[in-house]
Amino acid sequence: MPAPIRLRELIRTIRTARTQAEEREMIQKECAAIRSSFREEDNTYRCRNVAKLLYMHMLGYPAHFGQLECLKLIASQKFTDKRIGYLGAMLLLDERQDVHLLMTNCIKNDLNHSTQYVQGLALCTLGCMGSSEMCRDLAGEVEKLLKTSNSYLRKKVTLCAVHVIRKVPELMEMFLPATKNLLSEKNHGECELVPQLVRILKNLIMSGYSPEHDVSGISDPFLQVRILRLLRILGKSDDDSSEAMNDILAQVATNTETSKNVGNAILYETVLTIMDIKSESGLRVLAINILGRFLLNNDKNIRYVALTSLLKTVQTDHNAVQRHRSTIVDCLKDLDVSIKRRAMELSFALVNGNNIRGMMKELLYFLDSCDPEFKADCASGVFLAAEKYAPSKRWHIDTIMRVLTTAGSYVRDDSVPNLIQLITNSVEMHAYTVQRLYKALLDDISQQPLVQVASWCIGEYGDLLVSGQCEEEEPIQVTEDEVLDVLEGLLVSNLSAAVTRGYSLTAIMKLSTRFSGVNRIKKVVSIYGSSIDVELQQRAVEYNALFKKYDHMRPALLERMPIMEKSASNGPTEIVQTNGETEPSVVDSKHPPPVSQPANQVGALLHLFLNLDLHDTFGMRSNSFDLFFRANPNPNVAVITIHASNSTEADMTDFVFQAAVPKVSRPNPAQIIKCLCFEVLIHGFGVFCVGLQCDFLFSLRMRIKLTYTLKGSPVQDLAEVNNFPPQSWQ
Amino acid sequence: MIKAILIFNNHGKPRLIRFYQYFTEDMQQQIIRETFHLVSKRDDNVCNFLEGGSLIGGSDYKLIYRHYATLYFVFCVDSSESELGILDLIQVFVETLDKCFENVCELDLIFHMDKVHYILQEVVMGGMVLETNMNEIVAQVEVQNRLEKSEVLNCLFCHVNSSPINREATKPAVPDQHRLRPL
Repeated sequence: MPAPIRLRELIRTIRTARTQAEEREMIQKECAAIRSSFREEDNTYRCRNVAKLLYMHMLGYPAHFGQLECLKLIASQKFTDKRIGYLGAMLLLDERQDVHLLMTNCIKNDLNHSTQYVQGLALCTLGCMGSSEMCRDLAGEVEKLLKTSNSYLRKKVTLCAVHVIRKVPELMEMFLPATKNLLSEKNHGECELVPQLVRILKNLIMSGYSPEHDVSGISDPFLQVRILRLLRILGKSDDDSSEAMNDILAQVATNTETSKNVGNAILYETVLTIMDIKSESGLRVLAINILGRFLLNNDKNIRYVALTSLLKTVQTDHNAVQRHRSTIVDCLKDLDVSIKRRAMELSFALVNGNNIRGMMKELLYFLDSCDPEFKADCASGVFLAAEKYAPSKRWHIDTIMRVLTTAGSYVRDDSVPNLIQLITNSVEMHAYTVQRLYKALLDDISQQPLVQVASWCIGEYGDLLVSGQCEEEEPIQVTEDEVLDVLEGLLVSNLSAAVTRGYSLTAIMKLSTRFSGVNRIKKVVSIYGSSIDVELQQRAVEYNALFKKYDHMRPALLERMPIMEKSASNGPTEIVQTNGETEPSVVDSKHPPPVSQPANQVGALLHLFLNLDLHDTFGMRSNSFDLFFRANPNPNVAVITIHASNSTEADMTDFVFQAAVPKVSRPNPAQIIKCLCFEVLIHGFGVFCVGLQCDFLFSLRMRIKLTYTLKGSPVQDLAEVNNFPPQSWQ
Repeated sequence: MIKAILIFNNHGKPRLIRFYQYFTEDMQQQIIRETFHLVSKRDDNVCNFLEGGSLIGGSDYKLIYRHYATLYFVFCVDSSESELGILDLIQVFVETLDKCFENVCELDLIFHMDKVHYILQEVVMGGMVLETNMNEIVAQVEVQNRLEKSEVLNCLFCHVNSSPINREATKPAVPDQHRLRPL
């Protein structure tokens, strides 16, 4: 067989391939040649073949058949073989394959080799890919080597030991004494470490020019950085260590030259350390000033790093960071996307009552000109900030208008109900708001959140719009027909989403009590009674019925919305309510659900069962509770829904619901899988769901215990259900 | 900890890949492709730090890269490493390559992939920084190469399978713009 080609030849050949297919063909041919060469067990060429294999592996081709060959190379006596063999092992093998364990013995021998470079190779391999079994076996050897005086090896052994400890944390104690020796000459305790480190750092800074270790004129920056990091870890929660470090940190911070990148790296590390340990306030201010200087640096990397660190410290050192606010705001105009994002987050963190007007101007300008990926976050941030710090209601509404018109399509879905609530609550601004929204609608109907808010407002306050009552700015002259034109335009426009159409139809309906001419509205509503869109059709049909059969109720149903309070508990019904849509349920004669949800009021008697058909539940009455059960048997899990309502006049607090079933009892063992309690929705009304497994639902026995506090004294209520009648099944 | 070191050219062809965390071959190639995709989109005047890309390590990692002529040097690190420090490290690594190969260029990396691995082994071990002194690294690498060479010369019937570090006459002359210029 001809001698296998050299690595160089192979590379040259592969580079001549013009297509992927050609390259694959060449590689396959070479792989076949290598495989037959391996089979011949030829020691002289094994080296070369494995090198070629590694190259092909880098290009992405499978090379696992070379794994055993690497092991053979490692076992060889020649340094050349070992070198490529260990490299191959590190690249091709991993701890998931049992093959790697075969290396353990070789590594063990090589760790004690006479040549330091062989030892180095073994340490490198063990430190890169040693599995926990290997580490356990070889930990003793590594620990022995830690005591070596050979500086070349010592570094490698240390890193290898770190890897061993990471893999097998229990071995840490074995390495502790050796570690202490590495840092100090004498064997001191840990508290001595900090002064030692401080001394070393001091020497580094003061020592002046040391040619072997320096990078651009600063002595051994990597060591400085490492020491600073170690100081950070040691001083993190320790007051004494932090105090010992204060001086040296101040010294490093002021003396390090910042003209080159290395100086900046050290300064950055110093700043991080100052932030993390319990340093005095003067030092922290110094750190933040350094970061502020970084922000003015031409190098974008430095600016990025500064912004990231400032973001981390803005919570704790708010005032100090405020001083650099203008620089941060300038960074919003930077071209670099990462810098812009960080500047935006930092700007929002810095907004407070004093600077809200200025900051908001900058942020709104940023919102105008930034990339789409930022707009959603920026808009949410603006809303939050405006809500917290708005100096006046008019300013607030202006800001919201600005956001809606510039970034309207990127605004999050839940902002629409929040905005509607805000507008409703600013009573004196209704006329101004509806006027501005109307004008915005005339310009542009493509941004859905804007359109939705606008149509809702027009529906509510259309009378103010038409009567021209605005105080804040010049009232515009609008007729009823013009308003209806705009709203009908929304209904037919292709740009409107289905939800938006719903909004505008309801708005038109509401105007029937606010405008004088209802005929046009009646016509629109009846047309949409045959719309293809089911939602629109349902609304239109109901509104039609409102005109025909329930005209006496119409004014009451469509009157102005009351002020809505922000309630804490959020069930799905809550969100629907604050949307402001009154849902006149014309079909059944029950009362429409209450619009406002005053929070935390467990109140008086209210038999209000939303959409509960009482016929197929089965109920029982305890001392102060009405309980209604509905069961839903499935093959695996039966779900029993229990509606409980407070039948006393007084409030109940500290309510606890417990359910129990007999686990082992013939003929019907049962087991409760899950017991859920939904929030108390309205006025002393609770819904609980019990999911359980049982064979025969109708012979189930369930005991219910209710504990609560009534009129100041704790009460316990027990109820037992002996069988579930079939009518109670769904 | 450094999770991976990748060197690839302007077209995404890998010149050196070293992972310090286990990934299957498919994952490795996918990571290379994704990293190239992210890094090649960057303008030359933006910062050298990138976050994003979901493959390596989940959320706790960033890419720190440097672009020299036709090559991208990308270090993928987690949050325990200092970004500016790693930038310096890349600089040191490239300067070391320059010293070892004498005005290094992409072709050197292509044809001496194993040598580059050996040099890298002296700088980073197990994902942690081992040695940062350039002269020290170069000295150690040279001693080991001499050791190899002496073994080869001792064996009468062995073929030379690793080329000496110095540039050979057979290598074509490299135009200036392909040389890696250290900053």
